[in-house]
Amino acid sequence: MMIKTEKLTYTYSQGTPFEKTAVNGVDLEIEEGTLVGIIGHTGSGKSTLIQHFNGLIKPTSGKVFIDGEDIYDKSVNIRDVRFKVGLVFQYPEYQIFEETVFKDIAYGPKNMGLGEDEIKERVMQTAELLGISPELMERSPFELSGGQKRRVAIAGVMAMRPKVLILDEPTAGLDPKGRAMIFGQIRDYHEKSGSTVLVVSHSMEDVADFAQKILVMDHGKKFCYATPPEVFARAEEISAIGLSVPQVTKIFSLLREKGIDIRTDVYTVPFAVKTIKEYLEKEGQLP
Amino acid sequence: MIKDITIGQYFPGDSPVHKLDARFKIVITAIFIIMLFSADNFISLGAALLFFVLSFAVSKLPLKLILKSMRPIVPVIVITSLLNLFFIDGVTVISIWKINITQQGLRTSLFMIIRLIALISGSSLLTYTTSPITLTDAIEQMLKPLEKIKFPAHELAMMMTIALRFIPTLIEETDKIMSAQKARGAELDSGTFIERGKALIPILIPLFVSSFRRAEELALAMECRCYNGGEGRTKLKVLVSGGSDFAALCTAILFWCAVLLLNVYTYL
Repeated sequence: MMIKTEKLTYTYSQGTPFEKTAVNGVDLEIEEGTLVGIIGHTGSGKSTLIQHFNGLIKPTSGKVFIDGEDIYDKSVNIRDVRFKVGLVFQYPEYQIFEETVFKDIAYGPKNMGLGEDEIKERVMQTAELLGISPELMERSPFELSGGQKRRVAIAGVMAMRPKVLILDEPTAGLDPKGRAMIFGQIRDYHEKSGSTVLVVSHSMEDVADFAQKILVMDHGKKFCYATPPEVFARAEEISAIGLSVPQVTKIFSLLREKGIDIRTDVYTVPFAVKTIKEYLEKEGQLP
Repeated sequence: MIKDITIGQYFPGDSPVHKLDARFKIVITAIFIIMLFSADNFISLGAALLFFVLSFAVSKLPLKLILKSMRPIVPVIVITSLLNLFFIDGVTVISIWKINITQQGLRTSLFMIIRLIALISGSSLLTYTTSPITLTDAIEQMLKPLEKIKFPAHELAMMMTIALRFIPTLIEETDKIMSAQKARGAELDSGTFIERGKALIPILIPLFVSSFRRAEELALAMECRCYNGGEGRTKLKVLVSGGSDFAALCTAILFWCAVLLLNVYTYL
């Protein structure tokens, strides 16, 4: 079990009128190597939850285990946990500070105390994976475009080669092309490194497309943690908590409402095509 | 750590202190500060403290808040009291090696501690019970007469409003950047003085960059709404003063008189 939480609870500004429980009694077990999508609407506690995984915020109550180790135990060095669990924040381009792209990506690996050659190898390899061309490496990161900056910032965390990589809304504010690019690169990273990857998003469509498992958060509580077909089979409940299901799933729910006997756990377009074909064949409407 | 800074944070409430006209509150706070500095002995200082305790009780703020506002000035209090303790001549009470602690030193240092604590908690009571916007509004109104001599009262108030408005945003931003750099293995709270200074670079640069970006965006947004300074501008919420405001002011002045009268004990 890579990540495990026990009754994890976090309350902001405890004891003031602004008090708010952001995460409420979450029990979770995430297996090693899984690509997880975390969804929930604004204020559902997604961002707060993930910041517990690398020791940035201390739970009000409950426990977090990474690789079987209680990370809030006194004997654990929190810095080692942070190298093991890499966290990419929302709008990560705002954390860029170095003079050159190379130096900025190298900041994390340097903090890990790696040697020059190892750092160079990691930086170049990560940059290649994220499509940052070598001639950009000596440029100032502040001169880059928004999408490029975003990829440099993500590379800065990936280059640390964490066992768990967490990305908070990695595509927020990007155009569809930039979004597809980053999601593709995250998938590549997951395949090549075999590490556990958690991606926070509020777009069901994106998550449905790539996640092996989906964690749905609602008002600080775990709504469910399951595979995409299992999650989208509960399309109605998902809509009830204010999340939109992918458009294809909506179509299949509507078809079913119209009295057509068809499965509703469809969430990708290719699978939708296959399902419709099968249905038409069964009904004898296809030659 | 950064969330502990509470100076200038508004604590919403519905008490008579919250409802007072902000202009009166500023004047009363000023009177309270003068009161503290005109007190010469523990008895008159006690009278000033009584005024604070009463106002605090009426404001219905949690006691914890005042203690929290005290945290950042603990070093100042400690240093001042130690300086006073060791460097005032007089009748020696305790003598360790070459250092003499005198009766006068003890008295002055205790006096200073109480005065400093009262000073900070008194002024935080103002910011706790008044929203920053109301506060700058009041300052603008109080400075208005100075506009006759070309003093930019409105501009000053607008700058203060913007500055105050962005304190929480910047704190949040700093917090976020700190977390992000910590996630990349930055060590912010250990190492030598120089190392710590260097560790601040990854935080300060992004902070500056985003402050400039914000400033530019805000200026643009203001221009888009045809903002052109204070001339002919009216207020949505006009400050009104009533009987209770004058009553509060009179109470403050009475306490001040009491402090001045009680000062005679110093010379008896």
